[in-house]
Amino acid sequence: MNRAIRLIRRRAISSIPVLLIVVVLTFLLLESASGDAVDAYLLSIGGGDATVAQSLRQAYGLDQSMFARLWLYVSSLARFDLGWSVAFGRPVIDLILERLPNTLLLMGSATALSFGFGSALGIVAGSKPESVRDRALSTGSLILYAIPSFWLGLVLSIIFAVQLRWLPTSGIETIASGKTGLARAMDIARHLVLPVAALALIYMALFLRVMRSGMAEVWTLDFVLFARSKGLSRFRVVLHHVARNALLPLVTMLGLQSAAMLGGSVVIESIFAIPGFGRLAQEAVGGRDAPLLMGIIVVSAVLVICVNLIIDLVYAALDPRVGASERGT
Amino acid sequence: MTIANPSRRTLLQAGGLLLASTALPTFTLAQAAPAGGRLVVAADSEPKNLNPAIVASNGVFFIASKVVEPLAEASFDGKDGLAPRLATSWEGSADGKSVTFKLREGVKWHDGKPFTSADVAYSALAIWKPLQNLGRLVFANLETVETPDATTAVFKFSKPTPLQLIRNALPVVSSVVPKHLYEGTDIATNPANVKLVGTGPFKLTEYKPGEYYRLTRNADYWGKGEPKLDEIIFRVLPDRAGAGAALEAEEIQLAAFSAVPLTDLARISKVPGIKVISKGYEALTYQLVVEINHRRKELADVKVRQAIAHAIDRKFVVDTIFLGYAAASTGPVPKNAPEFYDASVPTYAFDTAKANALLDEAGYKKGANGTRFSLKLRPAPYFNETKQFGDYLRQALAAVGIDAQLVNADAAAHQKAVYTDHDFDLAIGPPVFRGDPAISTTILVQSGIPAGVPFSNQGGYENKELDGIIAKASETIDTAARTELYKQFQKVVATDLPLINVAEWGFITVARDTVQNVSNNPRWAVSNWSDTALKS
Repeated sequence: MNRAIRLIRRRAISSIPVLLIVVVLTFLLLESASGDAVDAYLLSIGGGDATVAQSLRQAYGLDQSMFARLWLYVSSLARFDLGWSVAFGRPVIDLILERLPNTLLLMGSATALSFGFGSALGIVAGSKPESVRDRALSTGSLILYAIPSFWLGLVLSIIFAVQLRWLPTSGIETIASGKTGLARAMDIARHLVLPVAALALIYMALFLRVMRSGMAEVWTLDFVLFARSKGLSRFRVVLHHVARNALLPLVTMLGLQSAAMLGGSVVIESIFAIPGFGRLAQEAVGGRDAPLLMGIIVVSAVLVICVNLIIDLVYAALDPRVGASERGT
Repeated sequence: MTIANPSRRTLLQAGGLLLASTALPTFTLAQAAPAGGRLVVAADSEPKNLNPAIVASNGVFFIASKVVEPLAEASFDGKDGLAPRLATSWEGSADGKSVTFKLREGVKWHDGKPFTSADVAYSALAIWKPLQNLGRLVFANLETVETPDATTAVFKFSKPTPLQLIRNALPVVSSVVPKHLYEGTDIATNPANVKLVGTGPFKLTEYKPGEYYRLTRNADYWGKGEPKLDEIIFRVLPDRAGAGAALEAEEIQLAAFSAVPLTDLARISKVPGIKVISKGYEALTYQLVVEINHRRKELADVKVRQAIAHAIDRKFVVDTIFLGYAAASTGPVPKNAPEFYDASVPTYAFDTAKANALLDEAGYKKGANGTRFSLKLRPAPYFNETKQFGDYLRQALAAVGIDAQLVNADAAAHQKAVYTDHDFDLAIGPPVFRGDPAISTTILVQSGIPAGVPFSNQGGYENKELDGIIAKASETIDTAARTELYKQFQKVVATDLPLINVAEWGFITVARDTVQNVSNNPRWAVSNWSDTALKS
């Protein structure tokens, strides 16, 4: 247990410089893009004269120097204040809290499904490397992985929502339906089927391949040979000796993928009109809304750091060697 | 008679088919329109400030026009092209320094307070003139608004202001908001800018960011038997494929502003129960324009500009890029503005040989590599069509020996590069013609506009004659004389080519057949939809 607390503490301290670097880099990146929030806003309203632009820049503080604005942002961030969104005219924290649950729901379900099915199918494929079912699953997963998520999303939507009408085309829940409780949960679940499938199918392929290749490697190890010569059943060898040992890289992968999925959700959220985090980020870039974009990046970074911390804790539980060296320190 | 009957029926059927296929508004059904129902409409943006009195833009009007009303709305057949809304009549004085509006009686705000001339006076003086993007121009010389009684508002101008301009601008600039909610507050941050309170046929009752706006029937609306619908839902669908799919799946019943891309129209028009309508955008004509930076030595030569105009095949642009949903332009005023449009201006037929000859004449001979000179070409990213025209123009210019380097950027970057930094040689823009040349059109060629003003002359063009015509028209009271000045304006622009007008287009509405009274005025998508109905 001590090991876990030490890990958490160490991570919390090391994440502060990481966050700071992320904030400064995002700020500089957005700063280097041509055009500012006022340009984007004037465009959206079909034009305005020079005095409007000037007074807006003053109101948003865009007439101050880059460093003054960066300092203002970092110092308010240190007080856990994410600032005010220029493009939406609302506090950043409100916007994020409004959108985050949708994305977490989408990502969480997609990750869980892709991890579950991916590793299960990986075991099926890896239980007998180079067999027909291994070849079929490996090829299938390659094809799935090569498909862009937006295309898969659109095709799923055309087949299951437009043609068959089994599921809704878009949205997070039926608009203005007034549903509550279980009915609402079921409604949201129905709306999530297609976007989750579009995300999960592609990442499932990745997990499948990692699991499968991990298992192929373990098969050649001596202890597997020993287990088999001991006369253990094939089922037992596959599950207890091969799969279990091939699971570790998969857990690492899970940590990495959770970050990638935040990115993948941008496209899926747009296609399925889900008011989530990814779409908010896209709107923030288009509107040159620096406070909002940085708020999103900071919260995403915190999310990724947390997920990786959990992964490390899981890892430590799965593999006693991890963190063991720190016992003395 | 026995012979006439079936033929008449066939005719009616054919007429009905014609109505459905070319999708004319179904006027005939207006009286029979059933009441009730929920209309779900695709929306692609969620404006930060939804107050049309401050932000007079189509994105805002699309939603807000159902809640907040102008003094008058555009009309196909009304006097002066207008239909009365909050004002019932308007009359200008002989000296052009005052306009008297008679206001509708018995109108109530959504919060139950009575609507009076004080609301109009407040909106005009505290919002339209100082704050509104277009009103700042139209009401620049507005001094006071007198309110002799509750239903009369007299606008007093410091300089003669043409009634023609005021009239043409009314649908866009005259959204009235309640004085009692705005007076004494910070107007820019007033909560009523988002939670709109108006006099319109619908009340804004719910907004779920990223999901939908819910508009509910205003039972106390002044229009008799209106609105027909119980509810309008604007459902946010940011993806361009989303609106078409949702229409086909019958999750929404209407998508305006070409939310269904042009390339999908041929297919979706064949889906039973769906109609494609190109009417109802006549007063919001968008123009495809090549903006020119006259600071470039080559482009300062009118021969070169003429050559570029001759190098463009307008028919190809209309047929291939707009798939026929556009018209070729002749000048800065579109054909959809018959009050001003003048066809007798110099035109530039597609003629590569002539373009080459003009460029040779101008002294820019082809070099060894077949190129005369290079230009930086920036297509605006706002529409698919502006981007596609950029690709086309590059090829068209290559055919006459001009090497155009395409620079693509996102909206904010394009805006800054062209309208603030002047970092372009040619740019492709989509300005809008808003009913009168003085609102958004003369600014495209007039000199002396400071940098940073979007959709204005940022190409450094200066023409004293043209500036003179524009200035004179702005103070000419007589409608006929003013119209004549704008005909001159069109001639000068088409001759000297400060910019090149290529095509003009309106948007496309796609609706389920059940939606009735669609597109029955020239600003339909941004009008109040009080007579729109759903057939069950």
